[in-house]
Amino acid sequence: MNGPAVSVRELTKSFGNRKVVDGLSFDVQRGEVFALLGHNGAGKSTTIDLILGLKTADGGSAEILGMDAAKNRRRVFERVGVQLQNSRYQPNIRVEEACIEYASLYAEPADYPKLLEQFGLSGLRKNFVSKLSGGERQKLSVVLALIGNPEIVFLDELTTGLDVVARREVWRTLKQLKDRGLTIFLTTHYMEEAEALCDRVCIIREGKKLAEGSIDEVVAAAGQKKLEDAYLFFRGEEELL
Amino acid sequence: MKRFWRMYGVEQRIFLRSPDVLLFCLAMPLVVFIVITMITGWKNAADSGLTYLQSSYVSLSTVGICCSAFMSIPITVVELRSQGILRRMYCSPCSPARLLACDTICSGVTAALSCLILTVAALIAGYRMEGSVPAYIAVWLLTMISMFSIGLMVASLCRSTKSMNVATSLLYFPMLLFSGATIPAEVFPAPMRAAAGWMPLGVGIRLLKSVSVGCYDNMAAPLITLAVITAVCGAVAVKAFRWE
Repeated sequence: MNGPAVSVRELTKSFGNRKVVDGLSFDVQRGEVFALLGHNGAGKSTTIDLILGLKTADGGSAEILGMDAAKNRRRVFERVGVQLQNSRYQPNIRVEEACIEYASLYAEPADYPKLLEQFGLSGLRKNFVSKLSGGERQKLSVVLALIGNPEIVFLDELTTGLDVVARREVWRTLKQLKDRGLTIFLTTHYMEEAEALCDRVCIIREGKKLAEGSIDEVVAAAGQKKLEDAYLFFRGEEELL
Repeated sequence: MKRFWRMYGVEQRIFLRSPDVLLFCLAMPLVVFIVITMITGWKNAADSGLTYLQSSYVSLSTVGICCSAFMSIPITVVELRSQGILRRMYCSPCSPARLLACDTICSGVTAALSCLILTVAALIAGYRMEGSVPAYIAVWLLTMISMFSIGLMVASLCRSTKSMNVATSLLYFPMLLFSGATIPAEVFPAPMRAAAGWMPLGVGIRLLKSVSVGCYDNMAAPLITLAVITAVCGAVAVKAFRWE
């Protein structure tokens, strides 16, 4: 039970001739907030898909809680919550109904009214999901990711497209979750988000790892002062510094 | 099981919120029935031995099946897939099959409701079934299951909304118009009537007609046909199914 929460070894995936994930290896420890950093198209979402078993890797392995998600889908997802990029919902579904539906998927679901309250969505229970603002919908997708009382959550580009206020609200809740010992795996291309939330980050480009470590380690290794500068340094875009 | 019904409850509520399919499924057979009854209700439908009232009740009792099987089921499944909802369900301990099962039951309920409304109208119009009602219900259910398996197969085979639209149109409109479901097959010329008999829904309708008048001869072949359709299309639907 003491192994890493997520363990990725030499993961490789190509679409046609294009290598999207290229020999990627990293570990995410339990209780840690870990971010995969990279710009759009760097292979972040594909890496998540491979870890979750949504896509099959060409080579290498990925384990969640010591299990292969594709082979142990039920057991893995009883303990793992997921928010996928651009999640959509059934047309005409209300907030509360989405919660009831997702709670019905788990053996021991969380108390969803409490979660809605925690995320400031209590007043919107009867609203249609399609009528929510972008921020409200993202918060709902976090609620749904947490509804199974998971040990790990995967959050793919959670705050992309959110305004400053909504983003800060989401951050605040994620920090609360982190304090409760939840392991969080997220992908983002916002450096300030990684700085605000993460214990460790892994910077990737074209599916290859450029750097990995705590924020301080990564910044120090690049000889920079800020994560954003370190990111540009590792991407080889020093002329922008 | 409790968890299944909780999800079904939500899906049924969502289903009732899309009035277009529902209205068509429930109202269309009723309107056609009233019109046919008013025009030619008690006349004999060609040489079938049935009056138009008897014939159209049976035919129209399958319109709900036709709408659900060839429109609402494929549309729902392909939408759930293209919107990534099945993909999201895959990332849970429950199989996306549960969501599909819930939606298929919703379609079944709509088809049954459509048949029920029509039955009330037919009873008011003076229709009495000569054959066994339980046998009729059993054959109606078999017809529904076999047509649903075709719909689910289409949903599995069609990768995009576009190809699904083409496939459903090719299945739905011929089946609705030429299998005898809306226009009584008795008014068709002989070759067309024969063609109608070959359509999957036509097989069901002919079987239902003979059961409705208490004639239980020659049932083996159509029953086997429907069972084979169910088995083959059901197997293809499961085999070819994709979450995304």
